[in-house]
Amino acid sequence: MYRYILKRIFMLIPVLLGISLIVFSIMSLTPGDPVRLMVGDSATNEEVQKIRDEMGLNDPFFVRYFRYVKNALQGDFGESYRSKVPVYNEIFARFPNTVQLAVWGTLFSILISLPIGVISAIKQYSFVDKASLVTALLLTSMPSFWLGLMLVLLFSLKLDLLPATGVDSWLHFVLPSITAAAPTVSILIRMTRSTMLEVIRQDYIRTARAKGATERIVVLRHALRNALLPIVTVIGINFGFLIGGAMIAETVFAIPGLGTLLISSVRMKDTPMVMASVLFVAILISFVNLVIDIVYGYIDPRIRSEYARH
Amino acid sequence: MARETAIKKRSRTKSIWLRYRKNKLAMFGLVLLAILVLVAVFADFMLDYYKDAISMNMGERLQAPGRGHVFGTDAFGRDLFARIVFGTRISLFVGILTVAVALTFGAVIGATAGYYGGRVDNVLMRIMDVFLAIPSMLLAISIVAALGTGLFNLLIAMSISQIPRFARIVRSSILSIKGQEFIEAAAAYGTKDSRIILRHILPNAIGPIIVQATLTVGTTILTVSSLSFVGLGIQPPTPEWGSMLSEGKSKMRYFPHLVIFPGLAIMTAVLSLNLIGDGLRDALDPRLKN
Repeated sequence: MYRYILKRIFMLIPVLLGISLIVFSIMSLTPGDPVRLMVGDSATNEEVQKIRDEMGLNDPFFVRYFRYVKNALQGDFGESYRSKVPVYNEIFARFPNTVQLAVWGTLFSILISLPIGVISAIKQYSFVDKASLVTALLLTSMPSFWLGLMLVLLFSLKLDLLPATGVDSWLHFVLPSITAAAPTVSILIRMTRSTMLEVIRQDYIRTARAKGATERIVVLRHALRNALLPIVTVIGINFGFLIGGAMIAETVFAIPGLGTLLISSVRMKDTPMVMASVLFVAILISFVNLVIDIVYGYIDPRIRSEYARH
Repeated sequence: MARETAIKKRSRTKSIWLRYRKNKLAMFGLVLLAILVLVAVFADFMLDYYKDAISMNMGERLQAPGRGHVFGTDAFGRDLFARIVFGTRISLFVGILTVAVALTFGAVIGATAGYYGGRVDNVLMRIMDVFLAIPSMLLAISIVAALGTGLFNLLIAMSISQIPRFARIVRSSILSIKGQEFIEAAAAYGTKDSRIILRHILPNAIGPIIVQATLTVGTTILTVSSLSFVGLGIQPPTPEWGSMLSEGKSKMRYFPHLVIFPGLAIMTAVLSLNLIGDGLRDALDPRLKN
């Protein structure tokens, strides 16, 4: 098992390097001179060139890239062009909020979709099944931030039950988590349903029933356990998608997280801040996928045994 | 021989259509999309873009939905219905064009990788994998960060972020056809690679690609509205649905119509595309339907 986990961790390295290279290249293509942006129009071209030399901006692309990676590995992501404070400080102040939102969103989507998907499958074509499919269809078709606005309209402004903005207590995360989870919920309901439908037609389910196991045991222990593998994979694949939604949800609910930081940095052309925000979101996603891979190893005996023997 | 394939081809398309037609939800989606397309194309015959959707009219600001203004007016006195109608044009345009561009590049990359295999395949697909590891929303935001906001830059950002998905699906479609005998026969005949790919492989592998393209138009409309909502997409006063939501957000407590109608418009458009995509998938491959 350790070998498996170790292998997964090593596989992260090329992915993260690749992502940083892509984002770094995109950022280098940015038209406009960051130095010009910092010093304003009053500086002469010579002054701008001098500062560019000092900052190493005139070095070849790969020299700059490797310097960035080297510094980043030591925790130095540069300084914000705007506020002049290290990017690291800002990121770490906001990172926990985004992580919380992502974790709540993921848990919420699992807690909602698994039961609904399972019930839809065992009661195929029933009212519950049809209603859940329509719900899933509507959820995939609406922008999640709009759902967020509607939730605020109903639960905060009309009913006054939940706060609309801020991060002061867990109550503040209820509506944002639902907003971030909504697209994943629809995918998971469909996925759980179709996987369960496939599984409950297998021979071993008939065997379980034949030997007299109760329906509960058949569904939960025999069917769901086998259906869980593809479902867990889908949760992993969709985590990036969920993060995308969470970043937009942060804007709706004015949550100081990586999403709002990224969006405001893009608007202000604060390149080091944009780079670091994107990288941290990517790291978060890779980390979650690593966890999913490990969970996968635990629930799939085939993977476990493959590594246990060596 | 030629006549036989002609008959066979027609009957295949026809049988797909017959299966599609039986699916009520899919037909509903098709009708919905047809209405939206007609609205987008003929918007100018009903309304005047500058007079109804752009120019301000402070005397009529923030009116509730009712007579004269079916969906009410916004904070600048502009008719919400007119803005949503012109927004249809923008969203469909961006959605379809993005998919067309992404599909073209994705198909070239995917076809090259799938057809030639080996090292070419490995290099191209590993690059695509790294792109796929970045969520498309994040990738689009990074590209907008580099290029700046606006319709054209948004198109580029959206297209690039969708290329890897199409490359993957085209590649796998090609792989599933490549090994078959009629391809071998064409190659033995001395047919050029490009012709084999375009004339022999792609027409047989087009099903999943069309489904993916339809669904991607929908997700693109969603992403574009999200980006515009946070101020990184199409800028006001252009009547894009997402930026209308962003403008209405601060006043939604007292004027909820400002955020309800643009959202419903997005939902209608995306829903129609999702219904069509699902319907097509079932019609193309009935075995997949459970």
